[in-house]
Amino acid sequence: MSRFQGRSKRSGQQEIPTTALPDIIFILLFFFMVVTVVKPSDRLVENVLPKAQNLEEVEQKNAVITIYIGAPVDDAFGAEPKVQVDDRFIEPKELRKYISEKKDKLGDLAPKLMIVLKIDRDARMGIITDVEQELREVDQRKILYVTYKGDPLN
Amino acid sequence: MPKSRKDRSMPEISASSMADIAFLLLIFFLVVTTIESEEGVRFVLPPKKTEDQVVDMHDRNIFKVILNSSNKLLVEDEPMKLGTLKTEAKLFLTNYKANPEYSDSPQDAVISFRADRGTSYEFYIQVLHELKAAYQEVRAEEIGLPVDKFLALDKNDPAQAKFIARAQEVYPFRLSRAEPTDAGGN
Repeated sequence: MSRFQGRSKRSGQQEIPTTALPDIIFILLFFFMVVTVVKPSDRLVENVLPKAQNLEEVEQKNAVITIYIGAPVDDAFGAEPKVQVDDRFIEPKELRKYISEKKDKLGDLAPKLMIVLKIDRDARMGIITDVEQELREVDQRKILYVTYKGDPLN
Repeated sequence: MPKSRKDRSMPEISASSMADIAFLLLIFFLVVTTIESEEGVRFVLPPKKTEDQVVDMHDRNIFKVILNSSNKLLVEDEPMKLGTLKTEAKLFLTNYKANPEYSDSPQDAVISFRADRGTSYEFYIQVLHELKAAYQEVRAEEIGLPVDKFLALDKNDPAQAKFIARAQEVYPFRLSRAEPTDAGGN
């Protein structure tokens, strides 16, 4: 009984040390700061991806060029699918220059460069073919069609 | 002087609110973070078109898949449903001269597919996915593993890489995209 009393008295007096709390939270904070990728660009096009299974990833996460294709979100640009890189629309013909410029910036990583294509599932192969022909011209042939995970036949 | 000394000894910044501030920041980053998944179907485009590309191949070794602008399949000049494409492609690859319509050996076999400009992207991905799946399944069968186990093999581990290499040797991935047609318009 006396022991029990003693304990309750002690816990009543002693506060839980909270000095380490800010440190713990800071570590969590830094983790999320590092993990966070602030979205590099706004999407200007519709982007509902198709589904596939047994998905593969990119080789080098920092050697990637993302190309969006889809109908513009803003009706003012028309209803026909357009190509978007960074924050702007681009004509397929300009891609050649754009990609070689990006490749020059990458330096050593250039051979690992992979083109990540985020294409709306309602787009037609016409514009996609135009983009792919440009990629073949600059000999940038490794591509990844980004998809959601799921059964494609559904 | 005494005043300044007092000032210097005084300031003890209360750190109790530090945790709150950090919490706010933490919650902000928690909300903003979207660990974006960049996963999908890999593909390697054919090299740049050159003038003298004469393909000397026996017709039986080419498995022709054509996608038209109304999202219909034509396989070896016959209409086919998407559901049976994978089975048919696997039969073609694992033929070993049995059926005169299909390939001599997996090393000679080429799957050639061509999309029209009017084909929808969703349908194209479905076909590409089925054809890749056919390759993955025959490779997995060659080694005697279920498909998901086969795909989980680590190519950086020499012991496992040996299996992958063998599967690739028996069934080289020869899936080619023919030049697109423009029948259905854009």
